[in-house]
Amino acid sequence: MPYKLTDEFKEAAARICARYPRRDAALIPLLHELQKSRGFVAEEAMDELAKFLELPYARVKAAVTFYTMFNRAPAGKYHIQVCRNISCHMAGAPDLLGRLRARLSLKEGETTADGLFTLSSVECLGACGSAPVIQVNEEYFEDMTLEKLDALLEEMKHGRLKPPAL
Amino acid sequence: MENILLRNNISRLEEYFACGGYKPLKKALGLKPAEIIAEVKRSNLRGRGGAGFPAGLKWSFIPPGPDGQKYLVCNADEGEPGTFKDRELLRANPHALIEGMAIAAYAIGAAHGYIYIRGEFAAEAAHLNAAIAGARAKGFLGKNILGSGFNFELFVHRGAGAYICGEETALLESLEGFKGQPRLKPPFPALKGLFGSPTVINNVETLAAVPSIIDKGGDWYAALGTAKSGGTKLFSVSGPVARPGVYELPLGTAFSELLETHCGGMKPGKKLKAVIPGGSSTPVLTAAEAMALKLDYESLAAAGSMLGSGGVIMIDDSQCMVKLLQVLARFYHHESCGQCTPCREGCGWIEKVLNRLEEGGGTPGDIDLLYSVAEGMTGRTICALADAMAMPVMSFITKFRGEFEAHAAGKVCGK
Repeated sequence: MPYKLTDEFKEAAARICARYPRRDAALIPLLHELQKSRGFVAEEAMDELAKFLELPYARVKAAVTFYTMFNRAPAGKYHIQVCRNISCHMAGAPDLLGRLRARLSLKEGETTADGLFTLSSVECLGACGSAPVIQVNEEYFEDMTLEKLDALLEEMKHGRLKPPAL
Repeated sequence: MENILLRNNISRLEEYFACGGYKPLKKALGLKPAEIIAEVKRSNLRGRGGAGFPAGLKWSFIPPGPDGQKYLVCNADEGEPGTFKDRELLRANPHALIEGMAIAAYAIGAAHGYIYIRGEFAAEAAHLNAAIAGARAKGFLGKNILGSGFNFELFVHRGAGAYICGEETALLESLEGFKGQPRLKPPFPALKGLFGSPTVINNVETLAAVPSIIDKGGDWYAALGTAKSGGTKLFSVSGPVARPGVYELPLGTAFSELLETHCGGMKPGKKLKAVIPGGSSTPVLTAAEAMALKLDYESLAAAGSMLGSGGVIMIDDSQCMVKLLQVLARFYHHESCGQCTPCREGCGWIEKVLNRLEEGGGTPGDIDLLYSVAEGMTGRTICALADAMAMPVMSFITKFRGEFEAHAAGKVCGK
């Protein structure tokens, strides 16, 4: 399916590009913008972005595949990311991951058939003092327990995700 | 001691201003750039990102004078496992960073600055953008700052998930829109950095300390720390202590004070076995070694470890050291950028050997094999990621060899 960059995207892109002396420095911020609108960065979108920035397609593809935050396939409405690094590991991350695998019948990298949940394990989220930590889309949920995880899943099943206060 | 960086109710511009915020910027703009650099040198402020390089010295490497484009970059790509101080600082005191950057930019003659923040910190990036907009509206950023004729534009740039971008030249590559693969040095960023121009890259915590140094003087700041390391340091404490979190303490504070007084000791029933003192890359210490230590750059180096980022990971005696090293090896293997063979292959083989030790397929020779792979990686790559893997491997084996031997003899601990 051909991909068309929206006027809205192009306006945002012009603002972002103006922050740098070279337009191609805006590549990663613009990939964030693309992902924001669709939840992932499609092959065709990479092609269009390359043309927009006058870059070889390979530059765009290299960035999308190097940086772990870019999804190359549609993710679920809620992308649950469980930190598995050392402090979260000691604080019970394997149990959280086990509960999610069992309750959602998913392995890491998979999405539920209803498109609601994607499960991933990720490396250090930089919030180790409140381990274990999970991230759902862009929100952090800290000091997690199995009970809190169950409650959060219940909320999300009803389409609710209340971000914690900053 | 009063905190310098982490203070209550200082997050909003009005609050920061009410506490004397942005007065140091006004003062700095009345000084010559060389005077500011001299003051920062006097403060003994060392880079808080991990390497501990003297900040004033770093600034002095930038060619002086107004000719040519120069850049100031803040490294907010906080990703060293066990480290979460910059996140706290960005939330609690964003204006200290903004003001510190404006002062640093004036000192080195930079008209543009970027804050490279890790992509996952979306909320912190939004918070920072709002703070920048507020500072700009009051004339602390932008054109002709406070009528001085000095111009400085500051932008937030979000990364997208790559630990390696915390390495300063990988960060520059990423900021230019490339894969975050570290550059060969020399040339150093001070001569050829962002977009080929002279560039200073400092950690969030380093830059946020600058306004206080200008306000109260380098001597005042230096006196807070040890003879060679000035000021206070943020310590991120994780693991099973009663009160994990970020603590601002003078450099040279005893580890035992951090654990017992500030963190309230270990959680009931937990006994301290080991400490990773400066983020996951720094060599592990036994509990006895840690309890005898002072927390500053020199003391940690003398003990065979590093202060690093100040990410103190407390490990209790219910944890298996082989398992924890496997967790770290999985991380470094995942995060190796792949350009240097010793790192790419070394991290991979270390993870594979640890996997079989953990899962019961190991042999007694595996322990020496791990050690020799780690030795073979050290100092043979463009950046320090290989060493960051090798240091935990060698120190875990040296300090806790018995646990590795039990696994080599068939022990499996599961999970």
